[in-house]
Amino acid sequence: MQNMQQIVGRARAAFRSGRSRPLEFRIQQLKALERMVQEKEKEILAALKADLNKSGPNAYSHEILGVLRELILAMEKLPSWAAPQPVKKNLLTMRDEAYIGYEPLGVVLVIGAWNYPFVLVMQPLIGAIAAGNAVVVKPSEVSENTARLVAELLPQYLDKDLYAVVTGGVPETTELLTQRFDHILYTGSSAVGRIVMAAAAKHLTPVTLELGGKSPCYIDKDCDLAVACRRITWGKYMNCGQTCIAPDYILCEPSIQSKVVENIKATLKEFYGEDVKLSPDYGRIVNQRHFKRILGLLEGQKIAVGGEADEASCFIAPTILTDVSPESKVMEEEIFGPVLPIVTVKSVEEAIEFINCREKPLALYVFSNKKQLIRRVIAETSSGGVTANDVIMHSVVPDLPFGGVGHSGMGAYHGKHSFETFSHRRACLVKDLRWEFVNRLRYPPGSMEMVRL
Amino acid sequence: NPFAGLVSQLRASWLSGKTRPMKYRMAQLEALGRFLDDKKQQILEATASDLGKAPFEAELSEILLCKNELHETMNNLSRWMKDEQVDRTLAMQLDSAFIRKDPYGVVLIIAPWNYPIHLFLVPLIGAIAAGNCVIVKPSEVSKNTERLVAEALPGYLDKDCFAVVTGGVPETTRLLENKFDYIFFTGSPPVGRIVMTAAAKHLTPVTLELGGKNPCYVSDTCDVTNVARRVAWGRFFNAGQTCIAPDYLLCTIEMQEKLMPALRQAITEFFGPNPRESPDFGRIVSDKQFQRLRALLGSGRVALGGQTDEAERYIAPTVLVDVQPSDPIMQEEIFGPILPIVVIANMDEAIDFINSQERPLALYAFSSDDKVVNQVLERTSSGGFCGNDTLMHVTLPSLPFGGIGNSGLGTHHGKFSFDTFSHRRGCLKRGMGREPLNAPRYPPYSQQKLGLVRATSKVAPRNGCVLL
Repeated sequence: MQNMQQIVGRARAAFRSGRSRPLEFRIQQLKALERMVQEKEKEILAALKADLNKSGPNAYSHEILGVLRELILAMEKLPSWAAPQPVKKNLLTMRDEAYIGYEPLGVVLVIGAWNYPFVLVMQPLIGAIAAGNAVVVKPSEVSENTARLVAELLPQYLDKDLYAVVTGGVPETTELLTQRFDHILYTGSSAVGRIVMAAAAKHLTPVTLELGGKSPCYIDKDCDLAVACRRITWGKYMNCGQTCIAPDYILCEPSIQSKVVENIKATLKEFYGEDVKLSPDYGRIVNQRHFKRILGLLEGQKIAVGGEADEASCFIAPTILTDVSPESKVMEEEIFGPVLPIVTVKSVEEAIEFINCREKPLALYVFSNKKQLIRRVIAETSSGGVTANDVIMHSVVPDLPFGGVGHSGMGAYHGKHSFETFSHRRACLVKDLRWEFVNRLRYPPGSMEMVRL
Repeated sequence: NPFAGLVSQLRASWLSGKTRPMKYRMAQLEALGRFLDDKKQQILEATASDLGKAPFEAELSEILLCKNELHETMNNLSRWMKDEQVDRTLAMQLDSAFIRKDPYGVVLIIAPWNYPIHLFLVPLIGAIAAGNCVIVKPSEVSKNTERLVAEALPGYLDKDCFAVVTGGVPETTRLLENKFDYIFFTGSPPVGRIVMTAAAKHLTPVTLELGGKNPCYVSDTCDVTNVARRVAWGRFFNAGQTCIAPDYLLCTIEMQEKLMPALRQAITEFFGPNPRESPDFGRIVSDKQFQRLRALLGSGRVALGGQTDEAERYIAPTVLVDVQPSDPIMQEEIFGPILPIVVIANMDEAIDFINSQERPLALYAFSSDDKVVNQVLERTSSGGFCGNDTLMHVTLPSLPFGGIGNSGLGTHHGKFSFDTFSHRRGCLKRGMGREPLNAPRYPPYSQQKLGLVRATSKVAPRNGCVLL
């Protein structure tokens, strides 16, 4: 096992040296990351293919493009993000300087997940570097090729002491979490999120937890079903359903259930051809454990589409379940696979109630032509984020904060929100040593007249 | 679980949507204003009984500052509640992208004893403004104020959505077993750890307003009289029981010589020749705290003050000199009317010393030379900073108030309170039309589609984005 204390100690000493403070240094590191992504594109795509059978164009869109965009944004905006923000003063402070200074926190720990293994370490890393921190990156061991690549590449392009990569599984991560950090950003499951936060509590370390849950998708009778279903199909089955903001299950009235199934079925053919198994664009389940878990969810269910599986290649066909009971296993845990249950509800009220008696999800989706209905669903529910009339897309708007609430997480990042997450906002008031007469009002011996003044 | 019923009742109220409309929140905030007006006398009396708080101080910290927060909030609530529209990418020009501020649900506020009204009321204002239901747990140590709050506050607020829970450590521990949607805690770092650990079980986000030793650096170039007054004021306010009080002073031996008479002068000006007789000087809150503080008087040498009276829990405004960093008084947050002076050779040594300690809640630097103040600011880290004065940075609601590292996480005051108690939800509303624009994102993937995606991503950074 790597010596965690040494690695973190080195990062902290490097941070204390102050070299990550100047904006020029940070931009230089971000530029180096940009070069890395451009020069090593082939290797990155190969690792993603090996880990998740992600096809080239898919992997490029979902992982590399996002990272490049984030880098460009950070490099361009850093001076304005990092500038001290003057604040409104009152009568007493009129002559003073009052502002909020943005300062780095110190040593940040980024723990990545396996489903989008590159972007989920890179995007937080970019924000943490931009904010002037030292960073320890712990990519997921489940996506081992990407983890190995990140461990090889980062030291080739970045300051080796300030930015370190730690590899390993549960024992290594547990050991790492005993060290003191100044912020921890974790992407993964709620169960492990609890463990991370409890470890952070020992050091009073603030955390950003990007967790998951069952993201509901309500389809109103009054909507363009063909378009809705195409968009849902895209979001559900990309990366073989292994997306934290994939629409987890559908809520709709019984009268449209079969049309929904038909539309999705037709779209699946459009996307993946007659034999999904032969499509280069359809992914695989990351490992045997998850493969078995997802197959287990199909037990006792009405399979309207799909259901085929092949253990050797961890293949599960795009599957739709109908008339699913809310109490069934597939409705208890986040599916994180290409299985789409449809639960019928009599009305939007019932859908809202259904959503509200469950844990708050990371994403919430609603499809309708009725603006009022959409407004209502958003107003009467709670979720990390929302996209109406599409899925996934709120996560690519650069200025929207991306994060969960309740069991789906706490804190947010992306773009400027990353910079703020990894910064300390320090309140600064600088007064003059003269003008003492103003202060006399507040000194004892006090009198009520003085206070009223 | 003795509090399960209460928590689920509040959660049901929240789910009913009752606290969402602005009108409702404003009505509750108005009621808080009436509470402060109607109960002012009782508040002054209760805090006087609990802490010997001078009416002047109580009026300032427990009433005036709270009303400032109330007014700031009520004046701006409608603006704060509005959806924040954000910039959209080229592909999303016809969509609506905004940040919605949602309440979290059921909030728990745990308050300490030193500013027993202020430290629950100010966060409560933010929690109500953000549309939450709230359980307030005032400190049992300031028992007269606790009783007042438990008896009077529920009469002003909607009982369906707001409750006061009283008790000590056992009750608070049971309370923390419940699931809250946000926990706001003000108190000591060790208890902060306990609160965060309990919160972790339910994945409840927290704000922890903790403490530490707030350093106060005084350079050789300064107006000694004014420095002494401002430092003495900050140190001895509320008999030193203030989380942002200057905890210890760092200066050269020459400055120390100059400061001593100035400090003596300031203390006399404030409290007279016998501070024990001044109505403006407070008392220590409990026997336990009194004994803890009395023991700390053994560090270094008493240069000013040092008198104590156990029956009254009185400790005179005290300055200690010849204090070593290894002395007991330098190992814990003092939280009392004792100011140790630690002598250093120069500013660099002061900064090095500060940086070798845990990051404090507040940091003070005094100098008539701007450059010195800025150097200290730039080379250190703290929750907040005030140059050439003490305490004042927290009276400006436009500045965030919070710690870093051991001194806390999260912030509040003014809009920061509203933001703390709101979930900022990223929302995108699209139309069902223009489906052909989405075509490049769908499988089957092709080099051609990828080319399109790549090409559009090369648009100037301002608009540059994925055309998914």
